[in-house]
Amino acid sequence: MVTKSEDAILVYERPESFTSTHTHYCPGCTHGVAHRLIAEVIDEMGIREKTIGVAPVGCSVFMYHYMNMDFVEAAHGRAPAMATGIKRVSPENTVYTYQGDGDLASIGMAEIMHAAARGENITVIFINNAIYGMTGGQMAPTTLPGMKTTSSPLGRDVEMMGYPVRMAEMLATMEGAGYVVRRSLHDPKHIRQAKKAIRMAFETQERGMGFSIVELLSTCPTNWKVSAREALDFVAEQMIPVYKLDDFKVHPELAKLKI
Amino acid sequence: MAKELWKGNHAFAEAAIRAGCEGFFGYPITPSTEFLEYMSERMPQLGRAYVQAESEVAAINMVYGAACTGKRAMTASSSPGISLMSEGISYIAGTEIPAVVVNVIRGGPGLGNIAPSQGDYNQIVKGGGHGDYFPLVLAPASVQESIDHITLAFDLAEKYRTIAFVVVDGNIGQMMEPAEMPPMREPPKKPPEWAVTGAKGRDPNILTSIYIHPPDEEKVNIRLYKRWLEAEANEVRYETFFLDDAEIVIVAFGTAARVSSSAVKVAREEGIKVGLFRPVSLKPFPYKQIEEIAAKAKSMLVVEMNTGMMLDDVKMAVKGQIPIEFYGRLGGVTPFPDEILDEIHRIAENPPTKTEFHERKEWIERLEKIVEGK
Repeated sequence: MVTKSEDAILVYERPESFTSTHTHYCPGCTHGVAHRLIAEVIDEMGIREKTIGVAPVGCSVFMYHYMNMDFVEAAHGRAPAMATGIKRVSPENTVYTYQGDGDLASIGMAEIMHAAARGENITVIFINNAIYGMTGGQMAPTTLPGMKTTSSPLGRDVEMMGYPVRMAEMLATMEGAGYVVRRSLHDPKHIRQAKKAIRMAFETQERGMGFSIVELLSTCPTNWKVSAREALDFVAEQMIPVYKLDDFKVHPELAKLKI
Repeated sequence: MAKELWKGNHAFAEAAIRAGCEGFFGYPITPSTEFLEYMSERMPQLGRAYVQAESEVAAINMVYGAACTGKRAMTASSSPGISLMSEGISYIAGTEIPAVVVNVIRGGPGLGNIAPSQGDYNQIVKGGGHGDYFPLVLAPASVQESIDHITLAFDLAEKYRTIAFVVVDGNIGQMMEPAEMPPMREPPKKPPEWAVTGAKGRDPNILTSIYIHPPDEEKVNIRLYKRWLEAEANEVRYETFFLDDAEIVIVAFGTAARVSSSAVKVAREEGIKVGLFRPVSLKPFPYKQIEEIAAKAKSMLVVEMNTGMMLDDVKMAVKGQIPIEFYGRLGGVTPFPDEILDEIHRIAENPPTKTEFHERKEWIERLEKIVEGK
């Protein structure tokens, strides 16, 4: 059977919130997936024209090339502070940060914890790939015990280099947080769950229910020195046991929400 | 409006509100804390943004964010806090957005103390943050002038799309003086074209300080410098006092200038031909004006509350035309008018002839004797 072009139904297209610029990300990196999910959610909510993104320092420093919306570029780790400044003077805007684990869990630990403590009505998309990507694969606060990086070449020795930091669990203890969950981007099922969580996080902000964060377990095949396929397996087999996928805090009003 | 009795830090804060400041973000630090306390009450009353940040690092980055929306945003701090803010200050300058920072300078280095000082001259005027950028720096010498400079700082920051500082010391931050507030200025209704407000009916606005290709960054650097040249041509501010026939010219800013003016008055009554030149804008610095004054005077005396940081700029301006002497107090010590008067007497009785400039070495020997009570 031949389908006539006028009968064709468009089932998949570029979200309006996404530009057509090719990303600079490595093959097998999940930044592109995370970006697309955000773009889809912002389109579906119809909030592109009032959204302001805050890009981090790290691989996603040029995120604003790929997102079709107003954007600012923060100093390393300071995205939650910058987002606070924007949201406080322009509460009518939707404001989100996009941060990696070096940015958010190391140099930006103070800014993220206090943004949550103050209940800043902003959304944070947190990419946890257990390594520093842009600087070439150094140990992050989220690096797994025993994991080899260029700054822990013999494997992360927890006696000397400390233990992995579980951000979602910590942030869930903050009274100002309305929505704190961890998801993963290693397979289609988990990607769908991640998208739903991103939607919930933005809904949290739109409803004025305080700080919202989605931690996304992500890949870095280049710096993990594995193939794209092996990287996805590493997330499923090595990262998820350390970084449990869960809803750590969901405002009761949000729990009623059907998306 | 009539004159009222205002404490420096409170006056600063109220002036900022009247200048249309819509976001204040700060962290408590003596001797500027009353600024933050005042804002914590007034800003919410007016439905404007106020956050006591977790650190000065966060505070300046909140200012950075708020300023990106095109609204007037500012912070106030003191020396160690300004050091922490240096990162954000450089980013604000690099992103070419306007913001105002007040530094109520205290004694240093390190934790130092909480007493008045001018020891941050180099940090502020020469730029404490990284990279090629050009802040505008105003140095008021009274509570009234501080009020006026806050409005001016916002206007200049917007005109030149850069960071503007108002620097005072703890004396001006803490003292009470009669002063008149300007009328309340309503914040503008329409944001500037470059601001991030949501890309409604237009292409997205991107505000960033990263230019990964050096030729692109160089173009930005050229733009910043050309804008600075314009500021240098238009925004030099200064005040003169008994300068017409002055043979000895004191150059001092802020509190040091105020103390010096008392000494000048007494010396004039004694018949000594001494005058005062007070740079009001420390950046741009009044090089040309000082050069012209040096052509008519016999000697200069630079008075500061540091080891002679502005002295270097004065020397650049004077270009070796006349001898320059220096007197400074350090570590949070404010000089008394008598000390400056002693210096005026010393210079009047033994006019300096040397222009090989060992003024700091000679000064520190004199100061040590004063400190030791000899």
